[in-house]
Amino acid sequence: MSVGAVDQVFIYFKQWLLSFLSGHAPDWAIQIASSLINIAAVLGVFLTLFALISVLERKILGRMQNRYGPNRVGPFGLLQPVADGIKMLIKEDVVPLRADKLIHFLAPVLIAAAAILSLGVIPYGRNMTPFVIDGGILFFFAVGSATELMVFMAGWGSNNKYSMLGAMRAIAQMISYELPLIITILPVVMIVGSLNPDRIVAAQRYYYFGFAPHWFVLTPWGFTAFILFFVSGLVESNRTPFDVPEGESEIVAGHMTEYSGFKYATFFMAEYLGMFAVSGIAVTLFLGGWHAPLPWLKFIPSYVWFFLKLSILLFVYIWLRGTLPRTRVDQVMNFAWKFVLPMAFTCVISAAVWHYAGHRLAAWFWSAVVIVAVYFTLSIFLETKKKFAPRTYRFAE
Amino acid sequence: MTLSIFLIVSAALFSIGLLAALSRRHAIFILIGIEMMLAAANINFIAFWRFTATPTQPIGVMVAIFAIAIAAAEAAVGLAMVIAVYRHFRSTNVDQLNQLKG
Amino acid sequence: MSAVAFVIISILTLSAALAAATNPKLMHAALSFAVMFVGISAFFFLLGAEFVGLVQIFVYIGAVAVLIVFTILLTRHDQEKTRGFNWSGVVISIAVFAGLVWAILGTKSLSVAPGRFAFVSVRRIGELLMINYAWPLLCVGVLLTAALIGALILVMEDKRE
Repeated sequence: MSVGAVDQVFIYFKQWLLSFLSGHAPDWAIQIASSLINIAAVLGVFLTLFALISVLERKILGRMQNRYGPNRVGPFGLLQPVADGIKMLIKEDVVPLRADKLIHFLAPVLIAAAAILSLGVIPYGRNMTPFVIDGGILFFFAVGSATELMVFMAGWGSNNKYSMLGAMRAIAQMISYELPLIITILPVVMIVGSLNPDRIVAAQRYYYFGFAPHWFVLTPWGFTAFILFFVSGLVESNRTPFDVPEGESEIVAGHMTEYSGFKYATFFMAEYLGMFAVSGIAVTLFLGGWHAPLPWLKFIPSYVWFFLKLSILLFVYIWLRGTLPRTRVDQVMNFAWKFVLPMAFTCVISAAVWHYAGHRLAAWFWSAVVIVAVYFTLSIFLETKKKFAPRTYRFAE
Repeated sequence: MTLSIFLIVSAALFSIGLLAALSRRHAIFILIGIEMMLAAANINFIAFWRFTATPTQPIGVMVAIFAIAIAAAEAAVGLAMVIAVYRHFRSTNVDQLNQLKG
Repeated sequence: MSAVAFVIISILTLSAALAAATNPKLMHAALSFAVMFVGISAFFFLLGAEFVGLVQIFVYIGAVAVLIVFTILLTRHDQEKTRGFNWSGVVISIAVFAGLVWAILGTKSLSVAPGRFAFVSVRRIGELLMINYAWPLLCVGVLLTAALIGALILVMEDKRE
């Protein structure tokens, strides 16, 4: 068993499964069977990961708060999702009287469907992309932008003021950060020249001087774009510190107020799957996909590297949740339009400078100069010093 | 899979859009009907490109992309007008917008 | 195989379009409008123009459908008062459909089978947009900016002194 065989073990398994059909079935049946096996694999892996992360998040948050997380059910509490799942399934499904039944029912289903669809174009390992689409990155963002409509459906279908408010806030946030999300990946697409995730991963396979990987996060524009993309991904999946739509102290549970039991679990699942999808795309675009960071570590299979990088990003998500307070919704949108968007455009210009300066050391310096100059100019223009002045109070007369 | 069957489907979509634009009272539905008609025309462009033109020149794709962009701009302005009219007349029923009549 | 897909997609699209055109409940009509665009985008995929299909989902469902739903929310009329159905609209649309079908079936040169399928990559579309069609692209950019600013001005409330 060579290294390549361990790496491709899932591909061989799928081909073995398909070989049962190849003699008897027509061509289109084999294609459909192949797609179904891909879909089953993606669903299996990510639903298990969802269950695992839901308990790991509580344990990590607990450790950060100097307490144990759930540790009763199973070894180290790792079977907690089973208990949670049983609880969610046996809860009574309460639907408000005047709610629009069809929309109220379809909203969580469609949000979860959009999240699962977007998982289908990420390359998980060598030759392990479930669906190779030439415009894969565009597909990912198109499906993600369809989520806004579903959030609105959820909020409106509940016939509840708080749901409506929560849905409006959620949509305002998501729309504001759509644009930064796409413009921050524009430098990567520009440098690689393709929207195909496989090609973007393949463009990061080189190593400088034999040991430094050619990942885009290690360039000045890539680093800034990665941070901005990560922040925008945080907002898009409504995670703390941007979880105003689910802020319990403000608007009960926002657009998810009137959902109980299994539908709430579906919303929860959709949020986590969205988190996985955005982290997966961040790994693909900036962190080198399934490539190993050092050339002599290539014997470790590609999917192990991918999930290792994914876990690091998820840990950062959980870490931010345990550390930062919630921001106000107008602060969130101010941040998007006044800071993130100009910085994203700067990354595009900086990537162009890097590309045309010939990929040498001078290129790194000049593109870093562009980014730092714009950053300081923005901070002067946005007058961040004034915002920290002592607060003046206006009282009601 | 002939060209005619695609054209018939887009003609059906066009006439359904026409139905929405003609028989509805609410201003937003008329806009929905117009968007449907534009989408039907886009299907026509792509179908003609695929079946009869030289496939290596993506001319139909170009026209469709520009048509989508223009339709989106028109939808935005149309909906802004609907909101502005609603603020003034408190009604979106196009039958009641008849102050210039007679 | 693609004939089966074509039939399924066309049934989905046409029924969603009919629902959008005739349903008295506003929200349901707006949402079946979004479903119709999924169907149209599937048509584009079937015809081999995947980029246009993705742009369609992005622009129409991600933006235009959200705009329409917001506008319905801001101009609150939940149920439309249907004063009977407008039969003249149905008659006209059936007449237009019949005329178009007669024209299509009467033209012999339209019953062609699909030509050679050459895969149009996104890179090719990008090259064309930036080199051959740069001028229309800039014009569309100016048009979209003008539409955006115009829509904002139309909706902005007058500042009361």
